[in-house]
Amino acid sequence: MSYLLFQVSLVVYFIAMSVYVVFFVSQNNRLRPIARRVFLAAAVLHTLNIAARYFEAGHTPITSQHETVSFFAWAIAWGYLSFRWRYTVKNFGTFASILTVILMCIAALASREMLPLVPALQSWWLPFHASVSIVADGFLALACIGGIMYLLQEREIKQKRFGIFYSRLPSLEALDKLNHHCLTVGFPLLTLGIISGSVWAKQAWGAYWHWDPKETWSLITWFLYAALVHLRFTVGWRGRPAAIMTIIAFAAVLFTLWGVNYLLGGIHTYAT
Amino acid sequence: MPRDTIVLLGVNHKTTPLEIREKMALSGGYEEPLQALGAIRGLKEYYLLSTCNRVEVIYTTASPEETRRDVLEFLFGRAVPAADLERYVYHFEDEEAVEHLFMVASSLDSMIVGEAQILGQLKEAYRYASGQKTSGLILNKLLHKSFFVAKRVRTETRIGASAVSISYAAVELARKIFGRLDDKSVMLIGAGEMAELAAEHLVGQGVAGVVVANRTLERAVKLARRFNGRAVSLDEVVEQLEQVDIIISSTGATGTILSKKDVRPVMRERRNSPLFFIDIAVPRDLDQDINDLDNVYLYDIDDLQNVVEMNKSERDREAVKAERIVHEETLKFGSWLDNMEVTPTIVELRRQGEEICRVEIEKTLARLSDLSPKQQRSIEKMASAIVSRMLHNPMQYLKDGNGNSKCVNRQERINTVRELFRLDNGNSDRSGNDA
Repeated sequence: MSYLLFQVSLVVYFIAMSVYVVFFVSQNNRLRPIARRVFLAAAVLHTLNIAARYFEAGHTPITSQHETVSFFAWAIAWGYLSFRWRYTVKNFGTFASILTVILMCIAALASREMLPLVPALQSWWLPFHASVSIVADGFLALACIGGIMYLLQEREIKQKRFGIFYSRLPSLEALDKLNHHCLTVGFPLLTLGIISGSVWAKQAWGAYWHWDPKETWSLITWFLYAALVHLRFTVGWRGRPAAIMTIIAFAAVLFTLWGVNYLLGGIHTYAT
Repeated sequence: MPRDTIVLLGVNHKTTPLEIREKMALSGGYEEPLQALGAIRGLKEYYLLSTCNRVEVIYTTASPEETRRDVLEFLFGRAVPAADLERYVYHFEDEEAVEHLFMVASSLDSMIVGEAQILGQLKEAYRYASGQKTSGLILNKLLHKSFFVAKRVRTETRIGASAVSISYAAVELARKIFGRLDDKSVMLIGAGEMAELAAEHLVGQGVAGVVVANRTLERAVKLARRFNGRAVSLDEVVEQLEQVDIIISSTGATGTILSKKDVRPVMRERRNSPLFFIDIAVPRDLDQDINDLDNVYLYDIDDLQNVVEMNKSERDREAVKAERIVHEETLKFGSWLDNMEVTPTIVELRRQGEEICRVEIEKTLARLSDLSPKQQRSIEKMASAIVSRMLHNPMQYLKDGNGNSKCVNRQERINTVRELFRLDNGNSDRSGNDA
């Protein structure tokens, strides 16, 4: 049941992405509301998929690779929709839907087996720590998309060579604001995720901090974002450097999420 | 009884120099001129449009030649000697008039093709005409259609999307950098005409404040007053950079007046909020290296010209599409008009048929008194069926003249039918025919 929902939502995401891409190329305004509705439908189906999997597995489905990546895509989709609800950023949906589809494809390729929980994970902290961390990652991913869009637009304006992006992307100000909004939501959630993880570690492993590779890397990520947020608020750091920093910091997020598991191991690695 | 002719008379920026347009523009609103037009004999429906680039009147009349002289005299007589009228005033009838109106509404005839203002002006002009009931069946339909065409052009082409003058290009770039302009302010360095024009556009787009810096303070004060801004001296320019967002420079200075090292410390003070420099002076006022700073954008006149050229070629491609739409809609409107022409005849024909049917049924039913209601209805049905089948072919012949009557023109077909059915004499008292 949950797998069927997963497949359906993947297909619907894909349709939404296609419509968004056609909208991006043709700039036919009639397509935009269609794309948005399809995307919303996909996100709803995806939510049902995660709920169904919760009941089938009997625990929060954020433990295996498949589940984590799928939840990550879910967080991006709803993060995007929550912004869309508040204000419009032209063509943001195109980029957000592409990233969502890529992540859904990765999730589809990973093993969907439902493994019983190892004792260390059998805690109420699991849903809290994991979901908060990944929702934070979702917002940081959106900040990264905003950063990429900013750089694309900035390059064309700065070099005075106008290609496909100039007319299609929103103003630099709007993109910078998007970056700012995503960070102000993502960073506190990231902080909360790390703190909750630390409290849970005390319960499960007896100490708040283990210098396990995943913990180390999430701390590095946290410092990157902390520096970015700090510079933004104190000296008004913005624009290109801020956009580049957002992208680098998000690379650190991805490494924390995946790279650590494959390259460095450590006690945080439960299932791959 | 031929249909009324639609006549369009007007002047615009292409045919008439500004001095003359100025004299023609109706400054006192539409009410009076519309009333005055009403006094001209022979005008049935009429409407008047006056903007800074054009004055146009559209009317329907049965006698285009005579009314034309009067309307010309009334509208343009004060401004132009009669001998020059022919040179300045364009004159279209029927299909051409319709096409011209659609072109105007879609902003294809504007000075800046694709600008959106004209549609609003057109709607306002129409509001007066319909308010004073000077527009009737044909003009109402025509003007509503022109709004529709303008909307179609706007949604189906990208004609309005690009900026095709230097100052428009500057505004467009400012929008791409700042998004909203209503909390931004602009500084003019040097008070040249070009700078003034660009500032005018920016203010038109809602820029909040204007600062003018000029060598002679007197001119600065004068210009600043025009935009409700303030004047500063040239020495204060660097200081002002902390407060303004867009800088338009157009001094006659031979060297550069701002360099990268002047701007860099300002960015820190501004907390990195972006600066947009527009250098329209020749030789240039601003050091090219300024563009290398983060969050600072510098465009000189050539850069802006490139944007304009790029937009122009795109706009020309879109204009072809837009003209196709206008042409299509003109044809559609033409066929509506043509049907208008046959409509009265069709109505009369049908009325005549119904009349005959009614009289005959009355006669027959009076004699057959023992019929059941059901039988009565059957007879009524049969009679009206016969009439409508008899009339079917003549109606078809009137409407589209397909088959072998294609070569007969519409007016002749109407005459034939009217004659055959004696619509113009026998029962003219009953059909209210005004021929």
